[in-house]
Amino acid sequence: MGLESNLNTDGGGFMVTTVDSVVNWARKSSLWPMPFGTACCAIEMMATYASRYDLARFGAERMSFSPRQADLLLIGGRVPIKMMPVLQKIYEQMSEPKWVISIGACASSGGLFDTYSMIQGVDQFIPVDVYVPGCPPRPENFIDAFMKIQKLVENDSVKNYKKPKNNSFNKLWQTN
Amino acid sequence: MADQLIFDKIKEKFSDEILDSYEFRGDKVVCLKKDNVLEIMEFLNTDSDLHFDFLADLTAIDYLEYSEPQPERFAVVYQLYSHEFKYELTIKVYIPEEDLHLDSVYSIWKTADWLERETYEMFGIHFRHHPNLKKLLLPEDFKGFPERKDFPVKGIGYRENFPIYSRPFDNNYLRKEED
Repeated sequence: MGLESNLNTDGGGFMVTTVDSVVNWARKSSLWPMPFGTACCAIEMMATYASRYDLARFGAERMSFSPRQADLLLIGGRVPIKMMPVLQKIYEQMSEPKWVISIGACASSGGLFDTYSMIQGVDQFIPVDVYVPGCPPRPENFIDAFMKIQKLVENDSVKNYKKPKNNSFNKLWQTN
Repeated sequence: MADQLIFDKIKEKFSDEILDSYEFRGDKVVCLKKDNVLEIMEFLNTDSDLHFDFLADLTAIDYLEYSEPQPERFAVVYQLYSHEFKYELTIKVYIPEEDLHLDSVYSIWKTADWLERETYEMFGIHFRHHPNLKKLLLPEDFKGFPERKDFPVKGIGYRENFPIYSRPFDNNYLRKEED
């Protein structure tokens, strides 16, 4: 069935693999999401976590309400100008490697709130990996996005995290 | 009956202060001059035949480019309610663009605290003797008054001016590595 089927009958044996496969397998099977829910998309997110859809099946059992122990940021809902500095601080506090899902029309594009107070898509200011369409999206859409993140994690490599790009590690943010 | 009583009561005492009073689809409206608002509100609150003990709402209206001519550009609107007699009353106070000051009614109804703060940040109307007149919902460094009619709906750079965070590592995992 699992790894144990490769064991010999006397309990010995070994297997050969790569560091990337092991690390990526571990990472993708235990993603710790940090929920950043500001509106109705967060309700769908909660529904996805509840028993009917049960995101724990995909290894995301534990919601991390501290960004420092999370590696997946779930942005669900509209982000106003007063909340954007908070979101950026949360993103910065998350340790590498980290991934971001932008759930719903508002987080991805501002949605129908084309006003002075609303951010027109969080991807303008922080990197986003997967977007979920919908207003709000169905839990199935959200699960699909989650599985896409798992695919990204699977194809990642630990080599990518060896040295920071352009020595920008110490100046994480730059103004335009 | 009750409608007439409210109008009569105010007219009897403050006939000079009333600009206009009318009823529109059951809503009683009294338009007042801006100088003695606090005194009239005090009367409406304490008078034993009226006893408006509840300030249901306080907001302002910007009449810029309004279809019908209005005395002044801004009007502060008070929605009063009397729990005892089930009376409703709308008070409208026109204030000119040049002098956006009005007495706070916080001393009468404590709920005016946040309502006046919101009116202050959205329209720029100052309420004298308010205990804590600062912004309620908007960021503290926000410039401008969003609910005025001449405010640009999409703002002027409020939603664009944030630092851009980029990925610190070159983890472009969608691209296949060459080596």
